[in-house]
Amino acid sequence: MIKDRLSGNEALAVAMRQIEPDVVAAYPITPSTEVPQYFSSFVSDGKVRTEFIPVESEHSAMSACVGASSAGARTMTATSANGLAYMWEVLYIAASSRLPIVMGVANRALSGPININCDHSDAYGARDSGWIQLYCENNQEVYDSALQAVKIAEHDMVKTPVMVCYDGFITSHAVENIELLEDEEVKNYVGKYCPKHHLLDSENPIAVGPLDVPAYYFEHKRNQAEGLKNAKKVIKDTGMAFLELTGRKYGFLEEYMTEDADICIVAMGSTAGTAKYVADMLRQKGIKAGVVKVRMFRPFPAEEIAYVLSRFKSVAVLDRAESFSDCGGALFLDVTSALYVHGKKVKVLNYIYGLGGRDVTTDDLEYVFNELCELKEGKEKTVLNYLGVRGEDNNAI
Amino acid sequence: MSEISKTVTWQKITQGGTIYESGNADSFITGDWRTSRPEWIVDKCTQCMLCFPVCPDSSIPAKDGKRLDYDFNHCKGCGVCAAVCPFDAIKMVEEINSDK
Amino acid sequence: MIEIRWHGRGGQGAKTASLLLADICFNTGKYVQGFPEYGPERMGAPLTAYNRISDEPIKVHCNIYEPDYVAVVDETLIDVQNVCKGLKEDGGLIVNSRKSPDDIRKKIPFFKGRIYTIDAMTISLDCMGKYFPNTPMLSAVVKTTGLMDEESFVRDMEKLYSKKFASNPKVIEGNMKALKRALKEVKGLE
Repeated sequence: MIKDRLSGNEALAVAMRQIEPDVVAAYPITPSTEVPQYFSSFVSDGKVRTEFIPVESEHSAMSACVGASSAGARTMTATSANGLAYMWEVLYIAASSRLPIVMGVANRALSGPININCDHSDAYGARDSGWIQLYCENNQEVYDSALQAVKIAEHDMVKTPVMVCYDGFITSHAVENIELLEDEEVKNYVGKYCPKHHLLDSENPIAVGPLDVPAYYFEHKRNQAEGLKNAKKVIKDTGMAFLELTGRKYGFLEEYMTEDADICIVAMGSTAGTAKYVADMLRQKGIKAGVVKVRMFRPFPAEEIAYVLSRFKSVAVLDRAESFSDCGGALFLDVTSALYVHGKKVKVLNYIYGLGGRDVTTDDLEYVFNELCELKEGKEKTVLNYLGVRGEDNNAI
Repeated sequence: MSEISKTVTWQKITQGGTIYESGNADSFITGDWRTSRPEWIVDKCTQCMLCFPVCPDSSIPAKDGKRLDYDFNHCKGCGVCAAVCPFDAIKMVEEINSDK
Repeated sequence: MIEIRWHGRGGQGAKTASLLLADICFNTGKYVQGFPEYGPERMGAPLTAYNRISDEPIKVHCNIYEPDYVAVVDETLIDVQNVCKGLKEDGGLIVNSRKSPDDIRKKIPFFKGRIYTIDAMTISLDCMGKYFPNTPMLSAVVKTTGLMDEESFVRDMEKLYSKKFASNPKVIEGNMKALKRALKEVKGLE
């Protein structure tokens, strides 16, 4: 084990160096630019034998990844925001072709107005593309999840691409402590990629991506959905094996101080960490606050989250993207439908927060916990709220 | 795993629609797309072999340097063979009027 | 946990200073965060960077609003923005300036905490022949915050510079000279 201090982008680039995929095709975009930047210097310095394909756009980056992965190459890339949006149609092709591509997404607000800072609108938009989405709280989780993502994506029961999402700038550019595995350990952990079928197997020729007429398309999509469904078991098993290897625990959700909690914040990404910090503060005042971090957003752990949240008296779901539904953010909708379907009745509020890099402060989150206390005690509260935006009545600032 | 037919279930259909058999166009019968068919008039045919390479569906089988009768499972009746024949040895007839 | 906020201008290396501080505190076995507040950076535009240094793993991931220390890399910023905003009363303000702490205090009479100054410009020009305020500022921050003992600071930085500027021993020498001199020239310690 190596103790180091790295930014989130560095952590991902180091993971990629240790994984040493066959192909990396990427196009730079803030705040994920450093990932292909660092990786291309690993290539030039001869530290990896990876074929690095610098392309002229993100559409081409993902297209090259699809080609490489179809040809049987272990394939990785990284992007952000508008770059992810530009990949859109090819994301669906990667997923439906069941190609185990692993992509880092340094989450950044989608234009417009144009903005380079963090929110989850980019990855939220791609949530129906058929990719697995894992959200990371800090640089350690970026590194660990990148390693696990390779195992998950390539698993025979899954064969589905994975996005490793982490907060732009907040995580991508902040230097923090990290524990790394030795190169050899990573090589042994991810193993050699041996796809059963690939385009360069001249003994067993195949054709990929054919036209799918109505008589077959639906069966293929249903089959694809099963890959996502199977991913749950594989993500769980992969997390267990990783725990053995590193002592660090990974699952669908992370519960923090929830055992005896009355009130709970549900969040993804770096905000979950700040929420834990605030929960610690409130515990000292005798307030039983807890945090549930959603790590696996796609597939969504509906049954598990319904079970966990049913123990609390009031819950706030935080969405770092405005989904323009007028009925709540995407995470809120998934959480509430999970509760409904599994017959759990819990008071739930939704907060849209942190858009375009708006800092989410400890005061903001303390305000949310206070609202949850009042809701718990029977006070009426508005369900759909914005946190930290000027002009709202119910505002912490 | 590699079965593709109109009765295949989602459990059995190939992942991502990948086709694992080469040359399987042969088992996809397209002859019923035809509205007119070529008739090979053997007496007029000189076996010049101009028709055989122009068929877009490889539906003119050939053996030992000589063409055989059409593969009507795959001939779509495009008429290219009739157009290139210098000896009027191929005649296009309406499918509906043919005696086949 | 100690929280530090850096004020500088684009191109002066405030971000690099925060990352360097994170580096050297990491080497003493601490948990660290070093991060800049990102915007559309331009040379000369005011920018902010942050450090958290703790004995425990750090969970919080927002900006720092109530810092223990504020380091001002460019003293003209004192006139343009409130660099003391949220700075704890028992905290310290470290300014890169030729002036004395008392002269700085005249500009910010509302701040009751400690003020230190370091003449990073003169030290930098004398030792390196160029204006790189980072190294003297880092010394001043280490000296005033007591984040680590000076000996291990000097040792660590020498190691770091030797690696970073391996091809240019003159740069290493200049930086080390500036670093050691700055440790002795912080004003306002008494």
